[in-house]
Amino acid sequence: MKIRILTAIGAAALLTLGCASLPSPQELDAQALAMHKAAFRDQGIAKVDRINQDLGQKACSSDKPPPEAVAKQIEAEALASIKWPTGGRYLGDWREGEKLAQNGRGMTWTDTSTATSANGAQCYNCHQISKEEISFGTIGPSLYNYGKLRGVKDPYDPASAAIVQYTWGKIYNPKAYAACSNMPRFGHKGLLDENQIRHVMALLLDPQSPVNR
Amino acid sequence: MRSTRWTALALACALPLAAQAQKSAADGIAEYRKMLEDGNPAELFEAKGEQLWKQARGPKNASLEKCDLGLGPGVVKGAWVKLPRYFADTGRVQDLESRLVTCMATLQGFNEAELVKTPFGRGEMANITALATWIAAQSRGQRFDLPQSHAEEKRFYELGKRAFFFRGGPMDFSCASCHGEDGKRIRLQDLPNLTKNPGDGIGFAAWPAYRVSNGQMWSMQLRLNDCYRQQRFPYPGFGSDLTVALGVYMGVNAKGAESIAPAIKR
Repeated sequence: MKIRILTAIGAAALLTLGCASLPSPQELDAQALAMHKAAFRDQGIAKVDRINQDLGQKACSSDKPPPEAVAKQIEAEALASIKWPTGGRYLGDWREGEKLAQNGRGMTWTDTSTATSANGAQCYNCHQISKEEISFGTIGPSLYNYGKLRGVKDPYDPASAAIVQYTWGKIYNPKAYAACSNMPRFGHKGLLDENQIRHVMALLLDPQSPVNR
Repeated sequence: MRSTRWTALALACALPLAAQAQKSAADGIAEYRKMLEDGNPAELFEAKGEQLWKQARGPKNASLEKCDLGLGPGVVKGAWVKLPRYFADTGRVQDLESRLVTCMATLQGFNEAELVKTPFGRGEMANITALATWIAAQSRGQRFDLPQSHAEEKRFYELGKRAFFFRGGPMDFSCASCHGEDGKRIRLQDLPNLTKNPGDGIGFAAWPAYRVSNGQMWSMQLRLNDCYRQQRFPYPGFGSDLTVALGVYMGVNAKGAESIAPAIKR
């Protein structure tokens, strides 16, 4: 009996010690941030300021989604950030788009330039796109028949305007439509320029593109 | 006639589903890996690592045979599947490679700061990689079971979890962008879900590994370093608390997974 009580006290004491020794979640957050600041150094084009998080990066850095109000704010700010194409020209050349979609290069510390011309659009890393390319990733949804499935017969027909604009926005800043989207903000973060985005748009929406044929 | 029918059948089988084509491509890669396993060049690094462990070296002309990897001085077998862990003498949670740096400094008299900033594949860093390869190989077939009894080990798990989900850089990536869900791929490369035990010999349980594509032996520190490169992050310090915390997070999650290190990769 006595032993049992002592064991119980011992266990309780251990438990208290264990709990007391782990910092609060807020303290751990602060420690994790300090740990990141201490760990990284500049290397080539990859400077330490890359770990300074904006609202969306910070709010989406957990295994739980951010509160509804925060998600709405991220989406609203992202939507407002979208720069629509000059002259209302949304589409370029799907052949150039395919090259960009295949190209996964850019922005690592072994790349030499942060210019948009040095970057690929990375698309096949995560998406199925044309049927011919079987080496595609599955982090994002399949984009095969992207335009066709959405009934885009003529991208410049007013009937197609909504889907064409959405697609531009999705490439420019996907956080406008899903606060914690896995997809990079190709326009907003200066990864691709306007013409490069036009080419990727054509790959997805041009009826002549292998995606829609 | 017969051959025509076979051709038709072959076409019918080959054409319909892209999924089938992917499966055969992935199978092809698996077969290729299987073939490579017959002669894994990692064995050369293992042999080098064993020799380095036993050889008297450094300013103090001493071997590493008194190095404590967590199971007592000189105990190598089984050490890898219990790392990273807390070490009382340094007051730090350390992974295998940062622990080797400590031992090389205290026992052999190497300059710790110099070791840490040596690039991968060069000088003493190449030796640390070889040592890590041999030490990991001494736990081959054992199951991961990282200690979590010390408060620092628990704290590092929590910090590692935060690091795993930390989004940043020009592409907003975190470790979780690629390794947070089951059954995902980049191109044809399968991505282990590292938020849990992804299975025997997968993810944390597959490194160090020899990489056929570039002919290099990759330690866990180099594996993490290249993940951060591909995340488009800046350069993480060798053996930094950040990388060790990530090791604790992945290692604890991999509890029960069988280590096949050193593995061979594409």
